Amino acid sequence: MADKNNKILAMGNEAIALGAIRAGVRMAAGYPGTPSTEILETIAKNNDGHIHVEWSVNEKAAMEVGAGAAYAGARTLVTMKQVGLNVASDPLMSLAYIGVKGGMVIVSADDPGPISSQTEQDTRTFAQFSKLPVFDPSSPEEAYEMIGEAFEFSEKYNTPVLFRPTTRVCHACASITLLPDMNVPEPEGFVKDTMRWVIFPRTSYLNHIKIEKRNAELSETLSAYPRNFVTNTDETRKSDTAAAYSAAEKPGLRKGVAASGVSYAYTCEVLPEGVPLLKISTPHPFPEKLAKEYLETMDEVLVLEELDPMVERELLRIAGKYHLPVKIYGKLTGHTKNAGENSTESILEDLKNFLGTEHIKKHTSVSEQTSESPELPVRPPVLCAGCPHRASFYAVKKAMKGKKAVFCGDIGCYTLGNAQPLDMVDTCLCMGAGVTIAQGLRAVEPDEVSFAFIGDSTFFASGITGVVNAVYNGNDIVLVVLDNSTTAMTGHQPHPGTGKTIMGDVAAKISIQKILEGIGVEQIYETDPLQLEDAVEVVKKAADGKGVRAIIFKSPCIAVTKPLNRYEVQQEVCRNCKVCVRELGCPAIVTDGDGVKIDPSLCYGCGICASVCPFDAIVRAESKGGEM
Amino acid sequence: MTRNCLLCGVGGQGVVLASRLIAYAAMEQGDFVRTTETIGMAQRGGSVVSHVRAGREVHSPLIPAKSADVILAFEPGEAVRCLPYLKENGLVITNSRIVKPVTSSLSGGNYSGQDMIRYLQERTDNLLVVDGEEICRRAGSPKVLNVALLGAAAKSGALGITVEEMLNAVRKNVKEKYIALNETALELGGEQI
Repeated sequence: MADKNNKILAMGNEAIALGAIRAGVRMAAGYPGTPSTEILETIAKNNDGHIHVEWSVNEKAAMEVGAGAAYAGARTLVTMKQVGLNVASDPLMSLAYIGVKGGMVIVSADDPGPISSQTEQDTRTFAQFSKLPVFDPSSPEEAYEMIGEAFEFSEKYNTPVLFRPTTRVCHACASITLLPDMNVPEPEGFVKDTMRWVIFPRTSYLNHIKIEKRNAELSETLSAYPRNFVTNTDETRKSDTAAAYSAAEKPGLRKGVAASGVSYAYTCEVLPEGVPLLKISTPHPFPEKLAKEYLETMDEVLVLEELDPMVERELLRIAGKYHLPVKIYGKLTGHTKNAGENSTESILEDLKNFLGTEHIKKHTSVSEQTSESPELPVRPPVLCAGCPHRASFYAVKKAMKGKKAVFCGDIGCYTLGNAQPLDMVDTCLCMGAGVTIAQGLRAVEPDEVSFAFIGDSTFFASGITGVVNAVYNGNDIVLVVLDNSTTAMTGHQPHPGTGKTIMGDVAAKISIQKILEGIGVEQIYETDPLQLEDAVEVVKKAADGKGVRAIIFKSPCIAVTKPLNRYEVQQEVCRNCKVCVRELGCPAIVTDGDGVKIDPSLCYGCGICASVCPFDAIVRAESKGGEM
Repeated sequence: MTRNCLLCGVGGQGVVLASRLIAYAAMEQGDFVRTTETIGMAQRGGSVVSHVRAGREVHSPLIPAKSADVILAFEPGEAVRCLPYLKENGLVITNSRIVKPVTSSLSGGNYSGQDMIRYLQERTDNLLVVDGEEICRRAGSPKVLNVALLGAAAKSGALGITVEEMLNAVRKNVKEKYIALNETALELGGEQI
């Protein structure tokens, strides 16, 4: 709710969404992925009916749907996480040559750490590779305003632009002052023009020349973009409270700092007054003129950024191009760390080493202190209590006990099946890869049963081609579709199998079973994994077969369904053998001094523990039901 | 001056809502506010840390080490984990009940709440241990631990937010039918001071 001053507390992703709505976005398409997911959800929530919002089946589809809308002149937002940009890279690379008519902003959220991603790739580098402009906000409030500027920029230069927030921008909240809507004319519509919209080698050659020329011009233009600037100089400093870095201490050496993204915010937190700070908000095309003028006044510059040394490389290039006598320090010189997240503490350490000054406040790092503390429990992410994936993995484990088998996993909550005690994920690479890796493994190890686990949303996103590949090439696999009727990992988004869209509309439910039949999979079993004995039998049957065999384990995610009656341990029957604890690793089953108990606030009543208890000590609680 | 409040607990305890309520109250006072927390894989039974910062000008969304005025811990082990954030003479308010992770049950480790609280007593000058379970029982719902802790924090004065202001934040942000319940929890939490 906005208060009287039009101020709200908004998460970075909400700010990006509200900024896009304010900029007149008419099309918003994306695929869920942490830390980008809430952008599209916020647009859907605030949609007055003018915006086409969709969870596309994957990022490539989103990019192409978006391109079509932008061809017709509509302002278009496409959202994904950084690894999603890999999936969408085919249309992206070509679209960079073709261009757009309506403003098109592609948000690709990076995840330094990584906190919940497969890689620490950098969208800024992707921008350079695809020759596209990229905007790099350093806070939610900056992102809110910057996304509108990105739309205007895209439209002005007829090019899609990338917008790359990182986790600490996407998932941080800040006070944001809401601005009036931008004045955006109605989309003109698609105007047929073969030379413009059909990609050909000849036109691509000509477009390539144009793009290089444009980017050189943009570099000049962006040097004057107010979000690329130098601050904290003697002229710009405002307060005299903080300690000033006195140039007199190091006579003759002029030192400065360059930063981009959230590292800029951390730097502002601890940088002594008087050390000139270059902020880069458009890492590509790089604001060369601004940077050159800055470097000309410096002897040494420390670059503070996350992921790739993008700004550092650009500064080195400019220093080399103009033969400037300035030293550039950063990841490439080992002065800053080249992996993981930055923090105020890490940047403080970097600054201390660089400035060698005692003016910097003393901080201790968060990690160095904990060494003395008592042993703390580790809290790795685990499958929830009652999660049907636990039952599915356990059924396969039990059925394959003593047999040679390999278990290929995929991207989703079920990657957590790798944890002890289940230990049922031997490989995990990228979306959809489990289905195909299983085929390659089987080709080399023919005496092994090759399992591929894939979730329902991942199956639609990129699993289907792998199954076609297996059927066509006669590859032997057991495909296990873990169908929990939602995209659970990213926060329960609907997908083509759920019969619902992001706008809450009813949609055709696409049947995984029928898809598999259509592809020509002959052995298809569909069963409820919570019926453990039946599930084990089904797995045994499938494992004995030939060709592509598919098992669809269908049971909804506990987050989209009501809990069943919970279970409890009859203390007088329990012999404290702990089989339930050892076999399942369910967070609701806890041990204390007196034996094994089921935490009633966590139990969802899946009943798998009752199936594994050798003494029938676990029973359904008599309608005492939790107060969920 | 910047106020820093760090909230920590385990996924599912209501840490994030509590941080939003503090942020709301601070914004009502006219401050610029930043918050951030861990979302994503860490959500599933993992440690949750929420940073709330308020002041005229705040840069980093994360509280720097040794800068938290208050640590509001929903679980004593998490309070210990976050102690390096506490500034000198800062206040720690912790729930007494531990949440035992499945890894601890598997390894047979003997993770104990008393050990954690003893360590906190040794290391801090300002510690308040709250029996959150008892408050929830008296309030009649296991879900009000977060608001009970906020009641204690507001009453302590360390946040610069009064009980009245916190109550207003609850009323503005909590669903109508839960307001009375949360008001009770806020009061019961305040009684701990």
